[in-house]
Amino acid sequence: MDGFGANFSYDVGDDGSSKGARFKRGLFTFLKYAVLVIACLIVFVPLIVVFLGSLKNNTEFLSSNVFALPTAFEWSNYKTAFIDGKVLLGLKNTAIIILISCTGTIITGTMTAYVLQRFKTLFGKVLKAAFLLATLFPAISMQVTVYRIMNGFHLVGTMAAPIILYVGTDIISIYIFMQFLDNISTSLDESAIMDGANYFTVYFRIILPLLKPAIATVLIIKVIGIYNDFYTPQLYMPSDELSVVSTSLYRFMGPYGAKWEIIFAGIVICIIPTLVIFISLQKQIYAGLVNGSVKE
Amino acid sequence: MAKKLSMSNGIEQNNKLGRSYWNKMLTVFLFLLIPTVLLVIFTYIPAANMIGYSFEERDQFGVNVTFVGLKNYKTVFTTPEYFAAFKNSLYYLAGSFIQLALALFLATILCSKIRFSNFFKGVLFFPYMINTVAVALIFRRFFQKGDGVTNTDGTLNSIIALFGGEPIKFLSTEGLVNICLVFVSIWRYIGFDLVMFIGAIQSVSPDIYEAAELDGANRFQVFKYIIAPSIRPIILLQMILAVKGAISVYEIPFIITGGRIGSSTFVIQTTETAFKFQKVGLASAMAVVLFLIIVVVTIIQKLVFKEEK
Repeated sequence: MDGFGANFSYDVGDDGSSKGARFKRGLFTFLKYAVLVIACLIVFVPLIVVFLGSLKNNTEFLSSNVFALPTAFEWSNYKTAFIDGKVLLGLKNTAIIILISCTGTIITGTMTAYVLQRFKTLFGKVLKAAFLLATLFPAISMQVTVYRIMNGFHLVGTMAAPIILYVGTDIISIYIFMQFLDNISTSLDESAIMDGANYFTVYFRIILPLLKPAIATVLIIKVIGIYNDFYTPQLYMPSDELSVVSTSLYRFMGPYGAKWEIIFAGIVICIIPTLVIFISLQKQIYAGLVNGSVKE
Repeated sequence: MAKKLSMSNGIEQNNKLGRSYWNKMLTVFLFLLIPTVLLVIFTYIPAANMIGYSFEERDQFGVNVTFVGLKNYKTVFTTPEYFAAFKNSLYYLAGSFIQLALALFLATILCSKIRFSNFFKGVLFFPYMINTVAVALIFRRFFQKGDGVTNTDGTLNSIIALFGGEPIKFLSTEGLVNICLVFVSIWRYIGFDLVMFIGAIQSVSPDIYEAAELDGANRFQVFKYIIAPSIRPIILLQMILAVKGAISVYEIPFIITGGRIGSSTFVIQTTETAFKFQKVGLASAMAVVLFLIIVVVTIIQKLVFKEEK
């Protein structure tokens, strides 16, 4: 799928035999690159300013032009952001929440999809409809009343609140799994049942391994979603000790409101893991998002 | 399979079927238990509460509750503030369509014969991966106008100064602030559309393009007759998601401006009403209104896609 641009193009037209045609073609190619370079600059410029600013000390930050290179690297900004700004803690808490939520989603999601897709029971049909209807509820606005229930279970102020919401209200994942199971022939699991395997064995030995590609898709969507979520942790984990990446960065605006160099250092710290993951898993991420969205 | 069945006698088979029925039911029960319980407790009970509360006046603790009928709904539709928030979603809606058009344009360029296409795609997509709060903070600074004491001009005003222009108060000028926020939203989300479009364009078999080339089709014809039809469903889907997205905007304006200077959105107002002003009844009514809008849009989506098929 990738590398399409390199070996094939829909770019058809003349052979460039006449001078005018060749000029036209050249101009067209130039314009294409110009558009792409400008678009990339629009992406880069705000980010480069952040990186440059994160290395300046406060006086220099206030006196120099935003594009000026720092005269001396002020690494202490990073130290401040990392330790006082609790970004390190935020990364740790985010990692814990992602790990538990993803495990939970994959287990419950694949089990639900297996039962709903393979056993045609009345209850299954009702539940399927209930899941479908639930996708329509506006997630953030719903918290107006979910909060009260979370509070009733004494879960506000614990990591369990966002974890439960990430696992329990993730309907898209179930749909991705079901869609995937639709395309897997039932003959394999049916023959296993005939050979005396029970449903648990079928699930663990046959269904789960077959769902691997779908699990990858769900993981990608899920990790990006949780890492970027700001509202849920902000509402349910207001204490400093339970900072995640989003909320620890948001809290920078208080004490460091005027100290952009420290905020910038915090931003760089939280972009680096994303960049590493993105560069190493680029193809899987694109594929995951494309596969995931088609199921909407 | 058939051999096996014929070999076992009637009673054994009966037992087997009975056992397998109970096995099946046990599996269904165990596998669906947790998701069902979570779905009921954290989606359906809150949804039912939301509808109930929307006819009441109550705070977050539910201590003082009075039934007020349709008063909350009346407030939502008659208070100018709330209406202004709906108006703001039009900015985002217009922005989403610009975003779709731009993404489509860039996607067709990237799918033509181009060097480093993967690099360009990666750069344009990357903002989608960046943490929302980080994006919002980056642009809070990007649009800043310095006060000369604690802050200097941000990136955009520095660029303007480079060309000899006067700095502009981007984030504290009504109207302009919404355009800036929409820009941030496009900056962040365009990569997603881009990846979708590229995926759709590349799903067309290369043979078709080759055949078109042999038949002497020009660029425009290839776009009109081959690319456009193949990505039509994706465009329609993205357009509908754009409508849902535009009325549910929350994070970017909340962090950059806090909803000030006429940049509030309906969801910002809903959460503030509920958690800052403790008017849970009114906030529930707002959530119900949002839900109903989403339902209507979804019904339109289903109808459109039915026609497509």
